[in-house]
Amino acid sequence: MTLPFILFFVFALISIAGAVLLIVAREPIHSALSLILVMMALAMLYLMLGAEFIAAVQIIVYAGAIMVLFVFVIMLLNAGVEERTDWSKMAKYAGLPVAVLLLLELAHWMSHSLIGETPANGAGSANVMVSTRDLSMQLFQKYLFPFEATSILILIAILGALVLAKKDE
Amino acid sequence: MSVVPISYYLVLSAILFGLGVVAFVFKRNIITIFMAIELMLNAVNLAFVAFARAWGQLDGLVFVFFVIVVAAAEAAVGLAIVITIYHSRQTLNIERVNLLKF
Repeated sequence: MTLPFILFFVFALISIAGAVLLIVAREPIHSALSLILVMMALAMLYLMLGAEFIAAVQIIVYAGAIMVLFVFVIMLLNAGVEERTDWSKMAKYAGLPVAVLLLLELAHWMSHSLIGETPANGAGSANVMVSTRDLSMQLFQKYLFPFEATSILILIAILGALVLAKKDE
Repeated sequence: MSVVPISYYLVLSAILFGLGVVAFVFKRNIITIFMAIELMLNAVNLAFVAFARAWGQLDGLVFVFFVIVVAAAEAAVGLAIVITIYHSRQTLNIERVNLLKF
């Protein structure tokens, strides 16, 4: 057991615990806070994978902006404890076996695929950290058109949110 | 630093995605269901970063960037829809929003 393995298992356990907490929590605000925990642990895993820019974006945009939006809406609508009905029991009996099956299949396929044998610092990655400079070169040259398209998408999303949230006259 | 095999990250990604599916099926609150979708997107992002690392390609990281942007747009529009539903029906329980269900 070397240090990277220990760190990986610590952050993996934190993220899985956060995901389980999201499921068992009755209050939406507890679910939101545990989801922030998952995102923080994932940011640490991105750092271990050498993607420091993605880790920063994960914390700033996901844990910072998107989850603040969620918490804000939860506060705004004063969302309390969720109620359980007969339908949710049915979802439990039908959904759990299907979800476990999906989980097992995904884990089996991913751990037995061809790439599964390669170590994380395998083919082609000479330097340990992926530099943000290389990433931005890729983003603004090869992926320039999709990048501009996402700005249009954001604009449309802002307009849509405004139209939906404004009061009816 | 990264001597952890890539399959470990992929299995963690699969576990998180599965837990996201479980949350999506179980939760009755429409905001929590949105959060389950965000959890699944995060799991997919982890797989993207792990594959980008394994092949030494930056394209995976660019895709993670785009996924985060789309998730932000989706959260903005989705939460606006949630607010509209709450104003018209006074509930966040998805079982009480069943107008299209027969």
